[in-house]
Amino acid sequence: MIVVEHLTRKFGEFLAVHDISFQVERGEIFAFLGPNGAGKTTTIKILTTLLAPSSGTVRIDGLDPTRQPTEVRQRIGIVFQDPSLDQNLSAWENLELHGALYHVPRKVRRERMQALLSLFGLWDRREELVKQYSGGMMRRLEIARGLLHTPRILFLDEPTLGLDPQSRNQLWGHVKRLNQDEGVTVFLTTHYMDEADRVAGRIAIIDHGRIVSLGTSAELKASTGSATLEEAFLALTGTDIREESGTAADRMRMAARAWRGR
Amino acid sequence: MGAIYVLWLRELKRYFRSRAQIAASLGQPLLYLLALGYGLSPVFRRGGEGNYLQFVAPGVIAMTVLFSSLFSGIQLIWDRQFGFLKETLVAPVPRLHIMIGRTCGAATTALIQGLLVAAVAVAAGFRPVGVGGLPLGLAFLALIAVVFTAVGTTVGSTLRDMQGFQMVMNFLVMPIFFLSGALYPLEHLPVLLAALTRIDPLTYGVDGLRGALIARGHFTSLLDLVVMGGLAVVLTLVGAWRFSRIEI
Repeated sequence: MIVVEHLTRKFGEFLAVHDISFQVERGEIFAFLGPNGAGKTTTIKILTTLLAPSSGTVRIDGLDPTRQPTEVRQRIGIVFQDPSLDQNLSAWENLELHGALYHVPRKVRRERMQALLSLFGLWDRREELVKQYSGGMMRRLEIARGLLHTPRILFLDEPTLGLDPQSRNQLWGHVKRLNQDEGVTVFLTTHYMDEADRVAGRIAIIDHGRIVSLGTSAELKASTGSATLEEAFLALTGTDIREESGTAADRMRMAARAWRGR
Repeated sequence: MGAIYVLWLRELKRYFRSRAQIAASLGQPLLYLLALGYGLSPVFRRGGEGNYLQFVAPGVIAMTVLFSSLFSGIQLIWDRQFGFLKETLVAPVPRLHIMIGRTCGAATTALIQGLLVAAVAVAAGFRPVGVGGLPLGLAFLALIAVVFTAVGTTVGSTLRDMQGFQMVMNFLVMPIFFLSGALYPLEHLPVLLAALTRIDPLTYGVDGLRGALIARGHFTSLLDLVVMGGLAVVLTLVGAWRFSRIEI
C-alpha cells in the first residue's frame, strides 16, 4: 500500500529524512516511532503530498504523490500533529466543509458527523465556534474530522497528544474497528509506546532521519534484549533529549549538531 | 465546483461573523471621505474643479476595496499559521479550485465592504450622475477586488509569517493607494508623478469607477476596462501559480 525507497528530504543542508526505505502492506497498522525532530512529520508530509521529496521514490497505492497528488489525496485521510481547524467556524461547519471537500454525499455525511461527534463527546457543543473549545476538545474534533470520510490509508500524526485516557481509548477502538471491518491501512506516529505496542502490527524506529530498526514489537524487544517497547526504544535511540526543529534557526542548530556528530 | 462553493461560503461566514472588524475597517474610509471630502472641498472648488466630496468618493470606495481584498488575500498567512491551510491542501481537490474559491470569497467580501462605504458616501452627500453607470461601476469594483485579492494571494503564498506584513503595507498597499489618483485628478501632474500613476493598476480601477459614477474619467472606460480585465486574468494566474507552489 505504501512503498518508500531511498527517500531523502533536505532543508538547506539539514537532512530531515535520510535515505529511508520501508513498505506498509494493505490492511496493516504501521507505527513510526522516534524522538522529537527525528523526521516523522516530514515523512508524513511527503507521503501525504504536502512536501516533495529531495530524492527517492514514494508510491501510495501505486501512485506517485508528486505527480498524481489529487489521486493520492482521494485515498488518504490525515489527522495532523498540530491544529488545522478553522477556529471561526463551528465544529459542525468544520465537519461539513471537510465532508464537502472530500466529496462525501450529504446524507452519509450527516449520519457520520452525528455518529463521530457523539463518539468523541462533542455532539452537544457542535454549534459552538471552535475557538471556544478547550485544547482536548479541538483535538477530538480534529480526529473526528479525519475519520469523516473513509480513506484507504489513514495517517495519524501523534493523534493522542493532549487527549485524556477516555478519548484515547475511543480513538484506538475506532481505528482498530476501521482497520478490521473496512480494511483501512493505518500509518501512525506516537510518543506513547504502550499505544504502539497495543495497536501496531509492525513498528519502525526512526532517529536523525534514518530508520534504525523495523519489526514487530516482539522482534524489537528481542533484538535489544528489553522487557518493554519503551526500553527497546531507549536502547535504540539513546536517552538524551532532542529539540524539535520548529523554525529555520532551530533546524540550523539541529544541522550543526548533526554535523558535529554525537 | 463543490469545493469552490464551500470555500467561498467560508469566507463569507467569517466575514459576517467579524462585525467588530467590519465596523473598525469602515473608520479609515470614513475619515478620508468626511475629513478630506468636506475639508478640501473649498480649495477644490476655488480651483474650479467642482465638488471634492463628489470627486473623492469613488476614490475612497476603491480604496476600501483595495485594502479589504489585499488583506483577505493575505489572510492565507493566518490560515497557514492556524493550520487550516493544510486541511484544504490535502483535500482531493485541485489546488486551482481551492485558490479560486478563496479568491471569489475574498473578492465578494471586499465588494460588500466597498458597497457599505458607498452607502455611507451617499448618506454624506455623494450623488452618482445617473443610475445608468451603476452596473459599470459595480463591474469596476469587482475587477479591483479580483486584481488585489490575487496580489494578496501571491504575497500570502510567498510570505511565511506576519513579519513581512508591515513591509507589504508600507511598500505595496500605501503606494498603490497614494499613486492611484484616488485623491487627486490625473491632469496637470508633475512628470514623475504622472508616470507613476500610469503604472499603478488602481489608477485604472479608480478612473473607470469615476467615469461610471460621475462621468469624469481621465482615460476612456474601454481602456480602463481592458487594463483591469487583463490584469485580473494575469494576476490571478500568477496567484494560482504561487499558490500551487506552497509547501507546508
